Amino acid sequence: MALDLAELSYPMQRSCPFHPPEAYAPLRENQPFARVRLWDGSHPYLLTRYEDIRAVLAEPRFSCEPVREGFPHVYEGRMVADKADRSFLRLDNPEHDRLRRMVTKEFTVKKVQALRPYIQATVDRLIDNYAAMPQGSDFVEHFAAPLPTDIITLLLGIPYEDHEIFRRATRIQFGSRSTPAEVRESLAELFGYLDALITRKEAEPADDVVSRLVHDQYRPGHIDRITLINIVRLLLSAGHQTTQNMTALGVLTLLQHPDQLALIRADASLIPGAVEELLRFSSILHTGARRVALEDIDVNGHLVRAGEGVICSIPAANRDGELFPDPDRFDVTRDAGPHVAFGFGVHQCLGQVLARAELQIVYETLFRRLPELRLAVPFESLRFRHDMFVYGVHELPLSW
Amino acid sequence: MRVTIDKSRCIAAGQCVLNAPFVFDQGEEDGIVILLKEDPPPEQEEHTRRAARLCPAEAIKLHD
Repeated sequence: MALDLAELSYPMQRSCPFHPPEAYAPLRENQPFARVRLWDGSHPYLLTRYEDIRAVLAEPRFSCEPVREGFPHVYEGRMVADKADRSFLRLDNPEHDRLRRMVTKEFTVKKVQALRPYIQATVDRLIDNYAAMPQGSDFVEHFAAPLPTDIITLLLGIPYEDHEIFRRATRIQFGSRSTPAEVRESLAELFGYLDALITRKEAEPADDVVSRLVHDQYRPGHIDRITLINIVRLLLSAGHQTTQNMTALGVLTLLQHPDQLALIRADASLIPGAVEELLRFSSILHTGARRVALEDIDVNGHLVRAGEGVICSIPAANRDGELFPDPDRFDVTRDAGPHVAFGFGVHQCLGQVLARAELQIVYETLFRRLPELRLAVPFESLRFRHDMFVYGVHELPLSW
Repeated sequence: MRVTIDKSRCIAAGQCVLNAPFVFDQGEEDGIVILLKEDPPPEQEEHTRRAARLCPAEAIKLHD
């Protein structure tokens, strides 16, 4: 299949909700360093091969700072939010490591292990509530969204009841059609909310992440207030929207692959591997991990020039047949472990252990407690999040 | 097999502890990698290789 470079605009459209855009496979084969055109007329590289993407993401001379010239911005509104971001997600080393290490102790394997009974109890409670609702109720609104919101607000020490404020902020700041003005207004509202939260934690510290950041890092002067606000914003945003979308899309994927669902229902020991496969297959960070070269860099034999932008397609890497045989097949028994759904390099997801625990508990519990769970509407009527920075399904009406 | 770690590279993603819990741990104060076994027994070698391969910060080195 010949591809005309001038015609490749990005982001590209999917033709099937479960698969990346069709152009990715031929690009991986023929043009692993393709150029694509963005909304602003820039032409960054689109990388589609697993090994190239791992190499870029592990290379410190590729910067992740959106304020740098040449950094690829996929939506105009998202550009505004990215440029305003002072969290470690958008900082290179050494500052990245310094800030990240202020919160790494909060998301260790042991911390998450200790949290599992609470996650289980929350999943059980939400299933009770959902099963008491009318058939066809939206699983996203009544289960997939409340679960990670409950967990992250507990950890951070944020009132659960405030969720409408930050869910609205997420909808606007990560939406492809949001205007710069809308994003600026939303950022101002969210930053104002978090500033007030921090003021409360200064006066009344509790046993939570925000209180520890305030008293161990902000008060002694290790970080300024705007950086503190940005770190809390990152934890809050990453802590609810990714798991929410993965939860709902994962349930849908399993329902649409009944043979695979039957396997995990028959043998719960398959669930951790099934979660890795769902992460690989779904790759909800579908707009990709973006970088800009700080100098001329050789990536597996291809020279990327200083100042050139690179989009590392996470969905494309996770469908690379070199690493994952028969990559478009959803197979809960395969070894999907090396996927890059959480990214790679120093920016790999801080909350991945927590996300895995939440997803494992959800899939084990949900299909055990509601064995007749099924889609309540025709599959064709579902609206997928083509228009959002994080992929998923907007609503998921189920019956049980 | 001998294992070495570079704590200065570690970003506490937790992949090593998830994949080879008998060989790696995380510090309670910072989440940073702790090496429990410099010379993992043969039955731990596969898990250890996997942990090294999955470490996003390339903080684990294996010396065969």
